[in-house]
Amino acid sequence: MTLLEASLRAVAALAAFLVLPLLVGQAEHKVMAHMQGRLGPMYAGGFHGWAQLVADGVKFLQKEDITPRAADRWVFRLAPAVALVPYLVALALVPVHPGLAAVDVPGSVVLVLAATSVGALGTLMAGWSSANKYSLIGGLRAAAQLVSYELPIVLAVASVALAGGSLSLLGLADAWSPWWLLWQLPGGLVFLVAAVAELQRPPFDMPIADAELVMGAWTEYTGLRFAFFLLAEYAGIVVMSLLFAVLWLGGWHGPFEDALGWLWTAVKGFGVALVVIWVRVAWPRLREDQLQRLAWLWLVPLALLQLVLTGAGVVMGW
Amino acid sequence: MTALDTAFAASGVLAVVGGLLAVTTRHVVHAALWLVVALLGVAGSLLVLGAELVALVLVLVYVGAVVVLVLFALMLTRAPIGPDLAHAVGPWRAVGAGLLGLATAGLLASVLVPLADGSVSRAEISTDQVAEQLFGTWVWPFELLSLLLLAALVGALTVARRPDPGGTAS
Repeated sequence: MTLLEASLRAVAALAAFLVLPLLVGQAEHKVMAHMQGRLGPMYAGGFHGWAQLVADGVKFLQKEDITPRAADRWVFRLAPAVALVPYLVALALVPVHPGLAAVDVPGSVVLVLAATSVGALGTLMAGWSSANKYSLIGGLRAAAQLVSYELPIVLAVASVALAGGSLSLLGLADAWSPWWLLWQLPGGLVFLVAAVAELQRPPFDMPIADAELVMGAWTEYTGLRFAFFLLAEYAGIVVMSLLFAVLWLGGWHGPFEDALGWLWTAVKGFGVALVVIWVRVAWPRLREDQLQRLAWLWLVPLALLQLVLTGAGVVMGW
Repeated sequence: MTALDTAFAASGVLAVVGGLLAVTTRHVVHAALWLVVALLGVAGSLLVLGAELVALVLVLVYVGAVVVLVLFALMLTRAPIGPDLAHAVGPWRAVGAGLLGLATAGLLASVLVPLADGSVSRAEISTDQVAEQLFGTWVWPFELLSLLLLAALVGALTVARRPDPGGTAS
């Protein structure tokens, strides 16, 4: 790989990282507005409220960047970056076209999981360093939730890795066949639920819970640093949706995949992102005990069962 | 020095500096966060040495789960912002700890420095090889270790759920 190619790939990954989360954010504005009959997001800029996202961005830029006096300065300021950067790493590893990912490493599945799990540290750092009891409770809830839902995610992905016989995302996307839609269905459902919980999105937003915890770990954040947390959330949706699209829906597989593979990946990923948005609108927030119960009594056993099923399938040569 | 040597040295320095700061800082939560830096340094060193899977699992398990658990426990019990002076140790214990650390470092250095003349080559270890060793040659120790951890887990549960002597607990 020449220097030119490497920098081209890096720029492409960075561009995707900057554009795709905004696209999902815009989609969320509009989809939620339609589903809930909200008029607010449909107003700015005239046609369909197209300028709402731009207006939000300008608003965040103008706000003062405040660090509370009692806060732990360095940790408080570093937290948004720790939450955001791992998703950039994860996004760069996602294969988009037959044989093409911005970065191709042999163990990319494990690297994606490792990167997304590091992102959780950002929320914890923010929750602790804000010197605010709402933030601390939010951080506590986030830690409990992330530890619980990490396990089903890893198990579900391990099942796919077992089925495809590879630890590389490219290899797994290559090995995918339509039969996996049925065979890997339980694991796929586990992953989808656990991914929404990992992103702390409704109905799993106990750590953020704006009505009772005033945004939890993000309470004290303003301006750009707050926007970085939001960006991390939407980048998380992009990464998790693409991961689901690649591992369970076959990524680039589809008609004319040699020419249109990238389009199939994008369409499938965007479809999954729409489901994630839909889930936010459709379900009320889970209580903390319900949340833990779902993870340990349903998702983990189901993921283990899927692992057994996959193991049986691999041994029998399905 | 090749690029790999440089990368290894950088990761090593990161690990050592992170580790030193983790044990010397007076801020409890900072210690946990410096531990993350040290672990990332170790993972980087492993990555340079070609043990990709071990490096990534180290990040996934230790940074993603163990440190998160440590932070959770700290926040649940006592995690003051600012230096924690209640647990300051006297000068003698600090000196003792320093001596012990130096002795361990010296012992490690006496073993490892003679190997630094290039007689050890970098081995690219694939995941298949790790799996073969782990589930072939070392499968019984591996299972035994799992059993040990399971026993520890059950023990922890028993201790945590012990009814109080008054008999008022549910």
